[in-house]
Amino acid sequence: MTDVVLQTRSLVKRFGGITATQDVTLAITRGARHALIGPNGAGKTTLINQLTGVLDPTSGRIELEGRDITDLAPHKRVALGLVRTFQINQLFSTLTPAQSLTLAVSNRREAAGRWWLPLGSDAGIVAEVEQLLVQFRLQDHADRVTRELPYGKRRLLEIALAVALKPRVLLLDEPAAGVPAAERQDILDTVAALPADVSVVLIEHDMDLVFTFATRITVLVNGAMLTEGTPAEIAASDEVRAVYLGSSLAGTRHASTEAEHG
Amino acid sequence: MSGGDLQARLLAPSRWRKWEIALWAAIWVTPFAVPQHAALINEIAILALFAVSLDIVLGYAGIVSLGHAAFFGSGAYAAALFAKHVMPDPLVGLVVGTVVGALLGVTTSPMIVRGTDLTRLMVTMGVALVLLELANKFDNVTGGADGLQGVVIGPLLGMFEFDLGARTASFYSLTVLFLVFLVLRRVVHSPFGVSLQALRDNRLRLSSLGMSIQGRLAVAYTLGAAVAGAAGALLAQTTGFASLDGLDFHRSADVMLALVIGGAGWLWGGLAGAIAFKVMHDVISAFTPQYWTFWIGLFLVILMLVGREKLFSPRTWFKNGGAK
Repeated sequence: MTDVVLQTRSLVKRFGGITATQDVTLAITRGARHALIGPNGAGKTTLINQLTGVLDPTSGRIELEGRDITDLAPHKRVALGLVRTFQINQLFSTLTPAQSLTLAVSNRREAAGRWWLPLGSDAGIVAEVEQLLVQFRLQDHADRVTRELPYGKRRLLEIALAVALKPRVLLLDEPAAGVPAAERQDILDTVAALPADVSVVLIEHDMDLVFTFATRITVLVNGAMLTEGTPAEIAASDEVRAVYLGSSLAGTRHASTEAEHG
Repeated sequence: MSGGDLQARLLAPSRWRKWEIALWAAIWVTPFAVPQHAALINEIAILALFAVSLDIVLGYAGIVSLGHAAFFGSGAYAAALFAKHVMPDPLVGLVVGTVVGALLGVTTSPMIVRGTDLTRLMVTMGVALVLLELANKFDNVTGGADGLQGVVIGPLLGMFEFDLGARTASFYSLTVLFLVFLVLRRVVHSPFGVSLQALRDNRLRLSSLGMSIQGRLAVAYTLGAAVAGAAGALLAQTTGFASLDGLDFHRSADVMLALVIGGAGWLWGGLAGAIAFKVMHDVISAFTPQYWTFWIGLFLVILMLVGREKLFSPRTWFKNGGAK
């Protein structure tokens, strides 16, 4: 159970004078339910962007199942099983969920380059799409153009597209962000029902979700790893409490903290 | 809800609609019904083919190009030179023009898969300008500003001579347009075609699904270039002439105009735009030969500001006007 699937080694990312990622060495084990938390601006999304290849790290290495993927193009990392969802929905607005998912499944089955038979002519792919639509509670919205879907359904599609690729490592960037309370349970249920052998990295501000879902938590502050441990250890940590308390105080007394730093 | 049900719904967009069959039937009737306009029909078919090729590039892949004439003109020169120096058979010449367009597309595609829209706009325009000046400079091959003279095209299939009335030409060009349309219609509904639509919607997501953006752009660009080469070859063959005009900037601009009028992003847009553009040209220049661009310009401005859907459904003109 302890074999590492995704490993970063001394990852550093600088934007000019700002260090957004500071010497992050993180190990994600097979089947992990690993949460990445930290106050706003802690560099969580920047870290994800480096893992997926959207950003190049300034220094350090990234390994997926022992293979160095630091210089690999984003779409090639996906082919190796490293898949993400986005904090802000990144969907195909003019396609339907059924079409989007068919495209995703086709690509996983190396059928996306087919140029003669129409999309949907492969019954095996369609059957898999049907299953995904049910799993993500999208069956009643399968044929509506994505931009017309309610927000909660779009959020589900965002996750479904990633799951359609049968990832080995799934990076979920704030899956419940902005979802109305009535539709939240759908998200929580589908995330909880992800296959056990998939390693899931969850970035989330919602502490209820983090503590019900994760078995391991890493706390990032100012781009660096503050601490890592089980949910119980994190909940009991004075360091973590200080960071969260500090940031919430900074939120309410913004002007005075600014003055102190200045 | 059964799997077959979903499959039928996924396949629905690729099925032929009744109006599509009816429109093609109507198009095929015209060269029989009005043979006196065969030359115009030929011109429209060629412009439509050219516009459809731009639609693959602009409408489907979202690559803005102001130099699509590069492929059109190259296809025209290739077909004309082939007929003059190698063999006069039009079908072989058509293949040569298409292949030359495709090769030029492949070699220039690395320049357009990166960068912004402005980069693409300038690079495509630049390539066309370079080719234009090369054709002008090497006048011993191309005939320079005088054009390539003395191109004789053999009879189509060894049977049908290209006549002055352009009857053979109109059937030839319409057939090529029809066949290309059939093939492209399959392509745009295939997983590859739908992935192009997805690429236009959201590039970031497409690469997050594991698909190569640059590979798709290059393939679409090459496909568009090949079809543009075919259109150029048709023009050279049916007029027995190739000139610098085929590479000129106005040709890139005209085809963009035609496509925008018809609507980019669906195959019928190229056809509808070519028909509208040529017919407008013909009708307007009949009563005001010098100032027809004024009217087409005015039409374009209104089309862009009002929007196609609203402009062509008069019922909506007053309905939403007060409400919003």
